[in-house]
Amino acid sequence: MNGKLRIKAAAVALAAAGGLAWAADAAAQAKEIFVPVLVYRTGPYAPNGVPWADGFVDYLKLVNARDGGVNGVKLSYEECETGYATDRGVECYERLKSKHPVAFSPLSTGITYALTDKVDNDHIVLITAGYGRADSVDGAVFKWNFPLMGTYWDGADILVQHVKKKGSLKGKKIALVYHDSPYGKEPIPVLEELAKKEGFTLLKLPVTHPGVEQKATWLQIRQQRPDYVFLWGWGVMNSTAIKEAIAVGYPRLQMYGVWWAAAEPDVLPAEQAAKGYNGLALEHSAENNLPIHKDMIKYLYDKGKGTAADKKEVGQVLYNRGMLSAMLTVESIRTAQAKYGKGVMTADQVRWGAEHLNIDKARIKALGVEGILQPMHTSCEDHEGVRMARIHTWDGSEWSYTSDWYTADYKLLRPMIEQSAMKYAAEKGIKPRDCKKEM
Amino acid sequence: MNASRRNLAAFFALLAVGAVMPMLLGQARFPQWLEIVLGGLMSGVLYSLVALGLVLIFKASGVFNFAQGAMVLFAALSLVRLMEKMPFAVALAATLAIMVALAWLVERLVLRPLVNQEGIVLFMATLGVAYFLDGFGQIVWGNDVYTLDVGMPKEPKIILEKTFEGGILVNTEDLIAALIAALLVAALALFFQKTSTGRALRAVADDHQAAQSVGIPLNRIWVIVWSVAGLVALVAGVVWGSKLGVQFSLQQVALKALPVVILGGFTSIPGAIVGGLLIGLGEKLSEVYLGPSFGGGIENWFAYVLALVFLLFRPEGLFGEKHIDRV
Amino acid sequence: MIYRETGQFKTTYASDQQLFPILQDRIFVVAFLAFAFGAVPFIATDYLFRAILTPFLILSLAAIGLNILVGYCGQLSLGTGGFMAVGAYAAYNLAIRLPSLNLLVVFVLAGLCSTAVGALFGIPSLRIKGFYLAVTTLAAQFFLDWAFARVGWFTNYSSSGSVSAPPLLFFGHVIEGPVEKYLFVLSIVCVLALAAKNLTRGAIGRSWMAMRDMDVAAEVIGIRPLYAKLTAFAVSSFFVGIAGALWAFIYLGAWEPLAFDVNRSFELLFMVIIGGLGSIVGSFLGAAFIVILPLALNQFPTALGIPISTATISEIELMVFGALIVFFLIAEPRGLARLCAIGKEKLRLWPFPH
Repeated sequence: MNGKLRIKAAAVALAAAGGLAWAADAAAQAKEIFVPVLVYRTGPYAPNGVPWADGFVDYLKLVNARDGGVNGVKLSYEECETGYATDRGVECYERLKSKHPVAFSPLSTGITYALTDKVDNDHIVLITAGYGRADSVDGAVFKWNFPLMGTYWDGADILVQHVKKKGSLKGKKIALVYHDSPYGKEPIPVLEELAKKEGFTLLKLPVTHPGVEQKATWLQIRQQRPDYVFLWGWGVMNSTAIKEAIAVGYPRLQMYGVWWAAAEPDVLPAEQAAKGYNGLALEHSAENNLPIHKDMIKYLYDKGKGTAADKKEVGQVLYNRGMLSAMLTVESIRTAQAKYGKGVMTADQVRWGAEHLNIDKARIKALGVEGILQPMHTSCEDHEGVRMARIHTWDGSEWSYTSDWYTADYKLLRPMIEQSAMKYAAEKGIKPRDCKKEM
Repeated sequence: MNASRRNLAAFFALLAVGAVMPMLLGQARFPQWLEIVLGGLMSGVLYSLVALGLVLIFKASGVFNFAQGAMVLFAALSLVRLMEKMPFAVALAATLAIMVALAWLVERLVLRPLVNQEGIVLFMATLGVAYFLDGFGQIVWGNDVYTLDVGMPKEPKIILEKTFEGGILVNTEDLIAALIAALLVAALALFFQKTSTGRALRAVADDHQAAQSVGIPLNRIWVIVWSVAGLVALVAGVVWGSKLGVQFSLQQVALKALPVVILGGFTSIPGAIVGGLLIGLGEKLSEVYLGPSFGGGIENWFAYVLALVFLLFRPEGLFGEKHIDRV
Repeated sequence: MIYRETGQFKTTYASDQQLFPILQDRIFVVAFLAFAFGAVPFIATDYLFRAILTPFLILSLAAIGLNILVGYCGQLSLGTGGFMAVGAYAAYNLAIRLPSLNLLVVFVLAGLCSTAVGALFGIPSLRIKGFYLAVTTLAAQFFLDWAFARVGWFTNYSSSGSVSAPPLLFFGHVIEGPVEKYLFVLSIVCVLALAAKNLTRGAIGRSWMAMRDMDVAAEVIGIRPLYAKLTAFAVSSFFVGIAGALWAFIYLGAWEPLAFDVNRSFELLFMVIIGGLGSIVGSFLGAAFIVILPLALNQFPTALGIPISTATISEIELMVFGALIVFFLIAEPRGLARLCAIGKEKLRLWPFPH
């Protein structure tokens, strides 16, 4: 009886001690710029989250190892596991906020929505390269959001442009198989608008998280026989979709995935059978022999400091995207330093840098990413910088480009962006900035 | 007919009408409808495979094993990772050994200390085991998506093309899964009826104390039961993993086994099969024909609502034992 | 023997039936509340408020609600997340469509909406018992999940399905900043916890406990099962709904239906089980445990200086979680509340062993 009670007491004491173990950690390093990394290395989205995280962290490490930091100022980083869950993302944000981060890249549209409300007060940059709120292109309302390189509205528009090239869309049927979350629902307004304009019918088929149950969805597709299927999935939903498409005999040639649904983890489980599957390539595909990749191998992997478990991951689609995400963050810091002096930057200064990015062909070559990044130029009213993409196709063992560059129809999208941004501003009581006054 | 039987008949009549409604309303033609029905029955078989393990354990030890899904995942993960290093047969044997070891550990560390606690406590304990297995499996075997290739054909077969326009799509992989499930049920039935261990298991399921008084070692029986459930989990893991790839979300589909067990009754093996078929059928039919008018995505809750409605007609499930409350 | 509990005689029924009959208990509670209201706002850090205290308070409110249903009335429910979502979305719609309403009124009305939904899904409990009921509450969970994702009206036709709370106007003052939010939530939780404690001490609470212990016998002596079970569901959903509204408005700020999925239900069930079934204090203890444990596990390795990847930490978290649940169930199935009660008992005799 006594022994049992002692064990119980010890357990309670241990629990209490453990609870106090998170006592405040060391003060933020004064001489480094802190870049937090919100990742998910566990859960149903891990297969896609891991390469992105590896690419992101590798680039930060590379800048420190190869260049000695950004103009001499080293970068410090910390990973925080979110599991793609919004509340864990918010918790990570709150915890890492005290270390004076300059920019967050949450890799989740859901977390982006939650953080958008907070960054205005907290003054932290939110870089959502290739995801996030489509209306945050309008920097007059969304001062701290930067959906660099492209949003889902661009992706939807470009996909429609591409399939239109194969023949008029009037009377045709396009099915959108989407992840039932803010990420998956984001392209619907644009697709509905284009459906009216081009005359096709849009069939919306939601798939609930985590996306493993798609039999009924694809049975419906077999019945309805759409001409094209747009896949807006993430994590295991993608590979499941392709497998179910094979199981109902839907030709992969008619399937198009958004840039988050067209990477190796999605097609490798089906390998040869996925041959013909197309996807959007956001600037880059799976290139791995550019100067930047050679640097990664030379400075990190040859010295055993690489983040990825397998060197072969360097250069994969999502690895490149994480790498570019980190690169744009660093370029924002660098642009800020050009104005504010080569020292430790604050978040406000980095925000200015992100808003005045001017990456031209020469700079792209110097960064070693020629061919996978188009020249981009951000401004107060355009927080995106560039909106171009291509199509790449899986041939059973690797990706290859199968189209020219497309540019999203800004004339169509800008009014929609502004309308949505104004609605948000009205809801939140935000007074939009006057971009003409600011420089 | 007494009230319970009448309720049951009414329920099945309603179900049948609902099933053929799409054809009566002209929404679907027979070949398409048949495809959906076949698809539903197939996915129902897959649910039954997971439900079988649940029923086995509940029958013998009265424990509602919430960790069955985690066991399915763990078994599949072990198999697929071991297959990378050794031939299939050896990996299979090794995984079986792992599941038996797991059963022994669970019995020793979880079941024995909690031997006289109420059902909810045991249920919570299995929940804890589920979480533990989750994390443990991922640490040991990794958390990527692994392809389990046991040679199942992936491309569909189109049959009866001449009789019906477009033919009827039949998924050969699902057919083989159904066959495996049938074999497994037959094997289990043989085991329970013909072997002495099987008889001992049935005795324990009937009455723990009486079985003990006849000399049946309860602890060893529980290890055996959990091992058999582990074997069932392994088979389910192989079938599911081959279809979907072995990954974390596999245990999510195990949640679907709950309405199956509800429908069939917690203590009945044929109930698990029938329940699975009904749930699978109901799900797919409702999603394809009812879904569009609701905006899609109703298969998530349809199975549960179906089970709920069924329970209102018959609170103990199709083949479950009637629960008698004594004051 | 820290203080003597004897010698405190009561002369009226009212004083005998009070919540804290022992003077030292009363002093302790008042001091604790004074500390929570008066001292903590000044000494705690921002992070402590945002990431620990506020979620702890909100989740303990939800745990109190679930404890009423599971602990006091014995109806196993796995649909708590769905009822929290009802509260959250009801509050959102009320705040957006009737912006002139006071914030407290919004929360109370949201709780009432959740009550209605909870009572509706509680009707099957009249016929279904035990584990079967648990699975039917899952039906409520998944159905509500789907409804909030699909029906545009609930999210004000937001194209992304994600909604964000309007600014929290409370009698003309906007509640922002961690300290104000903490105080607001603390006040609400204190009032509601008191209400819960008194409900469970009263006739209605006794009818719940009778249903839990043996429902057939309860019916025989005249307790109406319809009344008892439905009120349990209704009251429980009220608490859970307000907790959901608080969680969405104050902690998250912007949310989507996935924030209230089945994992949240399981989390709350763990809190109730570990904290102690049938105990209001237990709900608080369980909530504290569940809120602090992942954070502690996360910080432990970094505090000790061992470099582990975030993935491994996550997985170790799961393992420790599961192991601790089993350990608690073996060591003390009546939860942390019982452990505290035992501690108190021991303190009565300390330093003597008996």
